[in-house]
Amino acid sequence: MFDISPTEWMAIRLSLRVALVATLVATPLGIGVAWVLARRTFWGKSAVEALIFLPLVLPPVVTGYLLLLTFGRRGLVGAWLADHLGIVFSFRWTGAALACGVMSFPLLVQPIRLSLAAIDRRLEQAASTLGAAPWQVFATVTLPLALPGILAGMVLGFAKAIGEFGATITFVSNIPGETQTIASAIHSLTQVPDGDPAALRLVVVSIILATGALVCSEWFARRATRRLHGN
Amino acid sequence: MLRVDIVKQLGDFALEAAFTSEGRVTGLFGASGAGKTSLVNIIAGLLRPDRGTIALDDEILDDTARGVHVPPHRRRIGYVFQDARLFPHMDVAQNLDYGRRMNGLAADAAQNKRVTDLLDIGHLLDRRPGKLSGGERQRVALGRALLSKPRLLLLDEPLGSLDEGRKVEILPYLVRLRDEANVPMVYVSHDSAEMRQLATQIVMLRGGKVTALGGVKVLSGTTA
Repeated sequence: MFDISPTEWMAIRLSLRVALVATLVATPLGIGVAWVLARRTFWGKSAVEALIFLPLVLPPVVTGYLLLLTFGRRGLVGAWLADHLGIVFSFRWTGAALACGVMSFPLLVQPIRLSLAAIDRRLEQAASTLGAAPWQVFATVTLPLALPGILAGMVLGFAKAIGEFGATITFVSNIPGETQTIASAIHSLTQVPDGDPAALRLVVVSIILATGALVCSEWFARRATRRLHGN
Repeated sequence: MLRVDIVKQLGDFALEAAFTSEGRVTGLFGASGAGKTSLVNIIAGLLRPDRGTIALDDEILDDTARGVHVPPHRRRIGYVFQDARLFPHMDVAQNLDYGRRMNGLAADAAQNKRVTDLLDIGHLLDRRPGKLSGGERQRVALGRALLSKPRLLLLDEPLGSLDEGRKVEILPYLVRLRDEANVPMVYVSHDSAEMRQLATQIVMLRGGKVTALGGVKVLSGTTA
């Protein structure tokens, strides 16, 4: 039963790669967005918030379809990126990473935002009186103190990206070796006779990955809370 | 020399302070709500005055008429807050070294030793702020500010969060600081006994206005 076939391995490796790339690319962006949402007030802030959190509540197919319309070969952004930078998303694993990144973005941003909002701004003032320029304050005080939230957001985003299905399959289809992640592989296996053992193997792998992610985030959170209280 | 002549509206409260100080320790004295903390925040550059000028030695730090505002990190004015504000994610040694690192100064082992000896904090270096007592925290905060090599040191009620026993424990360090550290200080307090022990010149603040200026004798007749 636990003989994982090459096709299944391919799906597992691809899922890990897609989720990892999505998380790593989304994290710096997520920190920036979280900082703006936590620290700034500006006209249209609620609209920006709604846009970021929309993928959480929209049917994933809708998000996938919108990505296809925007980032597909003939989409407004997709055509430009393909012509000018040679970046193609449609029917590529990079597209799967984009879909996963967009879908997991709200989960990534929220913990970072909360941890930034919880930072005592007076510590940042103290740093500036000691000679730290604003970017130094950010790098040596703000970022390290927000680290628990950043790690929690990354783990949460990664777990969400690994399980993403609807937007990915709508945007980049279900091509083994290119865009077939664990989730879409399970979906395919449930459509064929005798697919159950393979589907179950992938289900077990999913459960292991998700549990691992949760344990990691818990560990990070505990470590970082200790650090935050200066013990 | 510190020259202050500023106006700042804070809600319903109007702060209008003008004084020049040459003393080693300028005592900013007044009841709570007199505007002392706002005034030191303005001197530190954390708050911008609505109108007026601030100058330290020959450098203009604020001049609203000419649009000059030197940001806090370029003022080289140390600030010891009432609540210490040590960085919780760094140990004591890293806290002490922070100002030197941010200003890109060379490591100065002799100065480190002088300051840690002066404040008796050598045995705390590898501890985290969460494991320090209130008095120890305040001494580390003093050391951290001193080691950033400030031209002026602002002390905003550094004993304010301590109980009587702890105050008596810290006061001698402040006296040593005044006599040995060679950095002019602005010392904020509402306690006239502290002022008499430490200050060489008094600026009395009431309701956002300077009501008296001069030596410690201007304190006579005031109650804390």
